[in-house]
Amino acid sequence: MSNLLNMSPSPHVHGKETTRKLMYGVVIALMPALFASFYYFGLGALIVTATSVISCILFEYLIQRFILKKPISITDGSALVTGLLLAFNLPSNIPVFIIIIGSLVAIGIAKMTFGGLGNNPFNPALVGRVFMLISFPVQMTSWPVPLGLTTGYTDAVTGATPLAIIKEGLKNGESISQLMEKVPTTLQMFLGKMGGSIGEVAAIALLIGFAYLLIKKIITWHIPVSILGSIAIFTTILWLINPEKNADPMFHLLAGGVLLGAIFMATDYVTSPMNPKSMIIYGCGIGILTVIIRVWGAYPEGVSFAILIMNAFVPLMNTYIKPKRFGEVIKNG
Amino acid sequence: MLKTFPLGGIHPSENKLTANIPIVILPIPESVNIPVSQHIGAPATIIVNKGDYVKTGQVIATSKGFVSSNIHSSVSGTIKKIDSITDTSGYKQTAIVIDVTGDEWMETINRNSVIDSEIKMSPEDIIKKCLESGIVGLGGATFPSHVKLTVPAGKKCDLLIINGVECEPFLTSDHRLMLERGEEILIGVRILMKTLKVESAQIGIENNKTDAIDHLTKLAAKHKGISIHALKVKYPQGAEKQLIKALINREVPSGHLPIDVGIMVYNVGTAYAVYEAVQKNKPLFERVVTISGKSLTQPGNYFVRIGTPISKLIDAAGGMPDDTGKIVNGGPMMGKAVSNANVPVVKGTSGIVLFPRKESERSVINPCIRCAKCISACSYNLEPFLLMTLSEKSLFERAEKERITDCIECGSCSYTCPAGRPLLDYIRLGKSTVIKMARERNMK
Amino acid sequence: MMSSTLLITIVSLSLLALISAVILYFVAQKFKVFEDPRIDEVQAILPGVNCGGCGFTGCRNFAEALVKAETFDGLNCPVGGAEVMGIVANYLGKTAPVVDPLVAVLLCNGTPEFRPRTSKYDGASDCRISNNLYVGETDCSYGCLGNGDCVRSCIFDAIYMDPTTELPIIIDDKCVACGACVKACPRTIIELRKKSKKDRKIYVACSNCDKGAPAIRACKAACIDCKKCFKVCEFDAITIENSLAYIDAKKCTFCRKCVAECPTNAIIELNFPPRKLKVEAETVTVN
Repeated sequence: MSNLLNMSPSPHVHGKETTRKLMYGVVIALMPALFASFYYFGLGALIVTATSVISCILFEYLIQRFILKKPISITDGSALVTGLLLAFNLPSNIPVFIIIIGSLVAIGIAKMTFGGLGNNPFNPALVGRVFMLISFPVQMTSWPVPLGLTTGYTDAVTGATPLAIIKEGLKNGESISQLMEKVPTTLQMFLGKMGGSIGEVAAIALLIGFAYLLIKKIITWHIPVSILGSIAIFTTILWLINPEKNADPMFHLLAGGVLLGAIFMATDYVTSPMNPKSMIIYGCGIGILTVIIRVWGAYPEGVSFAILIMNAFVPLMNTYIKPKRFGEVIKNG
Repeated sequence: MLKTFPLGGIHPSENKLTANIPIVILPIPESVNIPVSQHIGAPATIIVNKGDYVKTGQVIATSKGFVSSNIHSSVSGTIKKIDSITDTSGYKQTAIVIDVTGDEWMETINRNSVIDSEIKMSPEDIIKKCLESGIVGLGGATFPSHVKLTVPAGKKCDLLIINGVECEPFLTSDHRLMLERGEEILIGVRILMKTLKVESAQIGIENNKTDAIDHLTKLAAKHKGISIHALKVKYPQGAEKQLIKALINREVPSGHLPIDVGIMVYNVGTAYAVYEAVQKNKPLFERVVTISGKSLTQPGNYFVRIGTPISKLIDAAGGMPDDTGKIVNGGPMMGKAVSNANVPVVKGTSGIVLFPRKESERSVINPCIRCAKCISACSYNLEPFLLMTLSEKSLFERAEKERITDCIECGSCSYTCPAGRPLLDYIRLGKSTVIKMARERNMK
Repeated sequence: MMSSTLLITIVSLSLLALISAVILYFVAQKFKVFEDPRIDEVQAILPGVNCGGCGFTGCRNFAEALVKAETFDGLNCPVGGAEVMGIVANYLGKTAPVVDPLVAVLLCNGTPEFRPRTSKYDGASDCRISNNLYVGETDCSYGCLGNGDCVRSCIFDAIYMDPTTELPIIIDDKCVACGACVKACPRTIIELRKKSKKDRKIYVACSNCDKGAPAIRACKAACIDCKKCFKVCEFDAITIENSLAYIDAKKCTFCRKCVAECPTNAIIELNFPPRKLKVEAETVTVN
């Protein structure tokens, strides 16, 4: 057989990108945020990340091998990315059993039941995270204070995140200028010294990852820029209307999971729209919903819900918003 | 800022291994197989019989109907048989097999190599000469040139564009032709300008052929109305609609031809063949073919007589390497793989590329991850992932609505897909089914 | 004692329900579409697989056609067969014509042993695509390509690809002759033949229309147009067209003389007791 010529239709050459390379590129882009999380949250971050990654990969293997009886695809890197992103959405003191349940939901329900990679309508890491938030609200809303490597794991000291401080404070009638004394400074928030989930705090690490993704052409600028842009514009409008009741746009962009969501979660290939026009609409939708939930909703942070809601619209956008074709005859009248 | 087309495009490795190798005349083989269908349109009608003696350049099959082409003998010798041979696809095709004796040319051909720059013929005679000489588009489409030169009533051509882009990796036949026969090509362009009654022509050349651009620019200074334009290296720059958009920013609407926006596009090889036909009365029976491949010891460019088996080209390039996994007739992006090396060179053969075994195998197919890289690679902004799924599931009506017939089958989508999905395989299937369905619908 | 809110709730919801029910009743009556109730009955008798083998899209459309038809000529459900057609005919007061049950048969025996492979196909695993590309992995441009379009088209799980012979195998018990595989094959080498008792079959397992010399070069089990089978058949069951022999299943009496005559064993007999004579008769018995 080895001396027979190969026959196939054209093209006969292939580019160098593979699914695996793209997924591992995302993992590399997440490395700065991973190191920042160890730096700020110590042992807890390590345990949470390791548990999440191992359980996601393990569950994918078990489900593919024993339940679906399909070829094993854990080496393509998508379970690893889901594991990392799920971990980045969690507080660093969350017990192991909750992480395992969350991984099972993320991989088993949000990904495998729909047919595996490429078929899920909702972002698996976010589905896992929201499931955990609703099922274990206490553990999922106690955020350790970043004390560096001395932060314990289950015995970590907890405190409120900047967004929670603002939300509670406004409810109690305090004004923004009073509340701004209690939250970290802009520089501290940029570098990551604030309460929050292990992946969302270090803005600088996330932006380094963003640059890497853009240079390697793993994602395009449309979704992150439209999310951040729409949040900036919407919060600026609110802030200009009433600076004592609404925080400034820079605060909104750096606090909470906006950067993590805009750069890594919303740009997930499978659940984001496929052409630039839809991507901008998708990003603006996420930005507007995030601000609405933050300002008027019951939760202090709204990125996860906003992304999941817009995920539901993606198939509709893919079907009805088509890119402008070359040679498209535009009918007049 | 070099001009280019706005949407999509990819950058495969150029591998122009033979760019600096001058064209050599390949020795005439002992026997040639000349198929009767080397062009778009009806196969030519054979006018010779077994046992006849024919001369080089003699008509051996005449065009059947308007959209067809004459076929000429590329050698002198005796007709051994008129038989079915296997063509590139392995399916049978009628061909004239000639046993070669000597190389006696028709007396009507002017073999003088002095360049004749005075165009004496009228446009009508030029079109007739193209028909008689069997000129077809040598860019690969092999559309009969005399048909294209006959501008339909109600349409007017205001610009002639010459395609010297050669965007396919490995192929350098047009490049070498421009360097070595530049003056003849420009005279050919002027002949085409006279026939189409246009004042100006633009020649587009990709920027990886700077020597050709410089050479032709120098020569074009003496030819009024011809300008040379360097274009950014991007595949598929050589596709005619992309070329038109890049050079003059006119977009040919979907389902229409370039003449509908006043443009005609011809390949440089066709321009050269037109020069030879009109000025030297030489019909089309030989062309430049590149033989290339990373494992070949002596890749090169050759003037080959039509009907020569490609095995002779491979021998001239140093013989078939042991690790050959695939032989491609054409470039790696749009060429057709062949299953044996006895297929003949025909008018549309621009190159033969050999691939080593480890580069011949396709990767494993993975599920679509909806990364949309195929959409960004498509120069028409189509959605290849969707067209593949529709064709796979035989949903051809929806495929038609998604403009599957706009696809030029350039292969950029399959090249790019990180999941290794055979996008173009299914799109081609869908396209041919939709075209058939549309034809049946129009006949009712 | 019930509180007033509870009372108001119960009364208002009940009133709402009553009004809605009345409105719905009148609307249902006004917009009622009359349908022959027999269509529902016939549809219940039919197998309900919606395979399209009858030529209609779905069992309901076929039921409608049956009810409206004058005679049952040309109307047959291959899945239900004579039994179901008989019950329907009975119900509608018509007679069902006698239709031979059919079974799908692949007219090719080009295994790697007989038909050497001359290239390796690496493209998408789809017969339509490989057929458009080239002759296939062998030199026979008529034979089975082995990419499984027929297997994918069968909704009754009656056909599967054999990895050793690289040809599809049809399971007689499951095949209902709906015709999906016949339509799916781009080389049209699957045929619906008359089903005989004990699933016996005699057919020319070759579709090669080339003359003898190129045919035998491509495949050792090809029909080489020698016409020996034609000469030996006493029942006029064999016709030769385009250098290919064909056995009409309706005229064949299973005498098996042609099987013995064929020099390349292109004619196959299936599910017969083994013969005592002729050593070189390599009958391919597949079960």
